[in-house]
Amino acid sequence: MAEKEKKEKPKVPRQKMPEQEPKVRAKNFNEVPFGYTPELAQLEASRCLQCKKPKCIEGCPVEIDIPAFVKLILDGDFIGAARKLKERNSLPAVCGRVCPQEDQCEKVCIVGKKDQPVAVGRLERFAADWERAKGEVFVPEKAPSTGKKVAVAGSGPAGLTLAGDLILKGHEVTIFEALHKPGGVLIYGIPEFRLPKEIVQAEVNYLERLGVKVECNCVIGRIETVDELLQEYDAVFLGLGAGLPQFMNIPGENLCGLYSANEYLTRSNLMKAYLFPQYDTPIARGKNVAVFGAGNVAMDSARTALRLGADTVRIIYRRSRDEMPARIEEVHHAEEEGVQFYLLTAPTRFFGNDNGWVTGMECLRMELGEPDESGRRRPVPIKGSEFQLDCDMAVVAIGAGANPLLPTTTPGLELNKRGYIVADLETGKTSKPGVWAGGDIVTGSATVILAMGAGRKAGNSIQEYLMSK
Amino acid sequence: MHKILRKREMAENTVCQLKVEAPRIARKGKPGQFVVLRVNETGERIPLTMAGTDASAGTIDLIFQVVGKSTALMRTLNVGDSIADIIGPLGRPTHVENLGTVICVGGGTGVAVMYPITKAYKEAGNHVIAIVGSRTKDLLILEDEMRGASHDLRVTTDDGSYGHHGFVTDVLRQILDERKDVKLIVGIGPVPMMKFLCKMTKEYGVKTIVSLNPIMVDATGMCGACRVTVGGKTRFCCVDGPEFDGHEVDYDELVKRQRAYLTEEKASMDRFVATAK
Repeated sequence: MAEKEKKEKPKVPRQKMPEQEPKVRAKNFNEVPFGYTPELAQLEASRCLQCKKPKCIEGCPVEIDIPAFVKLILDGDFIGAARKLKERNSLPAVCGRVCPQEDQCEKVCIVGKKDQPVAVGRLERFAADWERAKGEVFVPEKAPSTGKKVAVAGSGPAGLTLAGDLILKGHEVTIFEALHKPGGVLIYGIPEFRLPKEIVQAEVNYLERLGVKVECNCVIGRIETVDELLQEYDAVFLGLGAGLPQFMNIPGENLCGLYSANEYLTRSNLMKAYLFPQYDTPIARGKNVAVFGAGNVAMDSARTALRLGADTVRIIYRRSRDEMPARIEEVHHAEEEGVQFYLLTAPTRFFGNDNGWVTGMECLRMELGEPDESGRRRPVPIKGSEFQLDCDMAVVAIGAGANPLLPTTTPGLELNKRGYIVADLETGKTSKPGVWAGGDIVTGSATVILAMGAGRKAGNSIQEYLMSK
Repeated sequence: MHKILRKREMAENTVCQLKVEAPRIARKGKPGQFVVLRVNETGERIPLTMAGTDASAGTIDLIFQVVGKSTALMRTLNVGDSIADIIGPLGRPTHVENLGTVICVGGGTGVAVMYPITKAYKEAGNHVIAIVGSRTKDLLILEDEMRGASHDLRVTTDDGSYGHHGFVTDVLRQILDERKDVKLIVGIGPVPMMKFLCKMTKEYGVKTIVSLNPIMVDATGMCGACRVTVGGKTRFCCVDGPEFDGHEVDYDELVKRQRAYLTEEKASMDRFVATAK
């Protein structure tokens, strides 16, 4: 099992990506890192040991041949590296940016045992960006047409991955998207400064060039039910995302200026409210902003608020730093930009003015008790620790639940007690014949790459099903 | 893209009706449901009720009042122009059954929402009394349509320029005093109208349904912009509504939430007017 080969410690340190200065970037929506130059990329690639039994591939949910693409970068064949990535991953420019590599490929990298691991994510991003910038996007050959039709509900990471896989097998694939732009969470959720929308658009364009049909403005469950889709399509995949904002259920939560993270980010990202009035959608530009929660979505919301002109942005989280679910890099970026952290703190109620706008809140200090069902230590309120904080805008980013719109219009689809679709984690099969599901609507809020992994597995299972039919 | 096939100016040129191509929505849309639309690439998403659907022609009717930039821009569109995105049908359809006597009360542009619902109650076999009201005669819309959709139509204007001089609630009270067989009241109009109507019908103990129109963004239950308090619980108007038990709605909260972006809306409208000149 364990790698016994003796390797010399690499002499080259892990290469940083040049990025915008924190003070500058906190006032604009441009992407934070500039990405590697070819020289930096090759230098970083030289740190890879080209292990005979690479751990990194096992660490990747879609099993990219990491040593192979890194070697191609080292050799200066950047286009070749991008193609190597695309053998396993249809969205490398996205994953290079938003994958939690520190918990996956980079976590198990042998170089990382004694030094910092090879920066696989940054290299992935470099190769994908290189290919896109050069305009030499490779379109692989498709299998001959099978005459089979697959419908995909949702154009997020799970749906896009599955569509990319199945179109190459010769099936007809149509993606139905509820919003007016495809990309799901990549478009409405993740801000421009972390994932430029042009990149998502390019990935969708690539699928369309392969022949995938994308129909926007189609809310499955309303315009067509799953049963209606099954009359026309041989298989249906549900990659709906979680899509139901959670609130804290405390008094005053319906005051104006108090957003769910979904609403706040959708206004800013999908509707481009940060460009108001060039774009018509308004968004509150709070000066003193509170964000509840400490996941990536909370960090995105806090950093968006700074860019929209806030003087003070506070992350308010009921547990401690160790339990924060956000990627370390995101927390680091937020802190650098000036976001403050109020840890072990929970709001109990909100105050508003006569117009119904939020003006502040009452909070309680917490301490950590015994671990709860999530394995994290449970926050326990400290008696008599109430204090007040002012705010003129707030964002609730404490997670999402399962949106009931489609499940409740689909008879025969088994749901768990929290409303998520029950699906086999290896195949994506649901209780309803001909219907597969994957991503957040099965697992609850997770990551882009896990949704892509689920899309891939369901795609394989659909392929097997269609060819045996 | 959804092509505009017909345009009709109504009510002193402040209300406008568009017949647009939307074959799929036309096939599926039911009374009480609504659409969300985005006029163009830089547009916001606004909810509008369908005043009618024609499945065979593949068209839907949209009736809107010019209240801000998006609706002002929509009014500048002509036959042959297109609307960038229309998403629907959204929301739960009206639950229509044969109850006996039903009163449908529409105020202002709420009459547009009321019209297909009134028609549906009549078709289900109810005896339908309709009351429509507006500030003044020239602002009254769909009078003939509402007459056809009901058994008995009453008209009110706030200034007495047409029909009963007063509010829809005056006429409603009169009817409720006269007949005790009213099983359901449906009230759709400006929030103050619905609020006072419901306050009154509660006295009579008659079940009252209202259709709410809060600010929405995605309108699929994803963002929560449209949350309303009904019976002390937070509900999402886009997926749980738009119709709710009128006696349970927190109208004061609804009004405040509808006004959340007044400053921005005004700035947007001023900018639009300035560039249109």
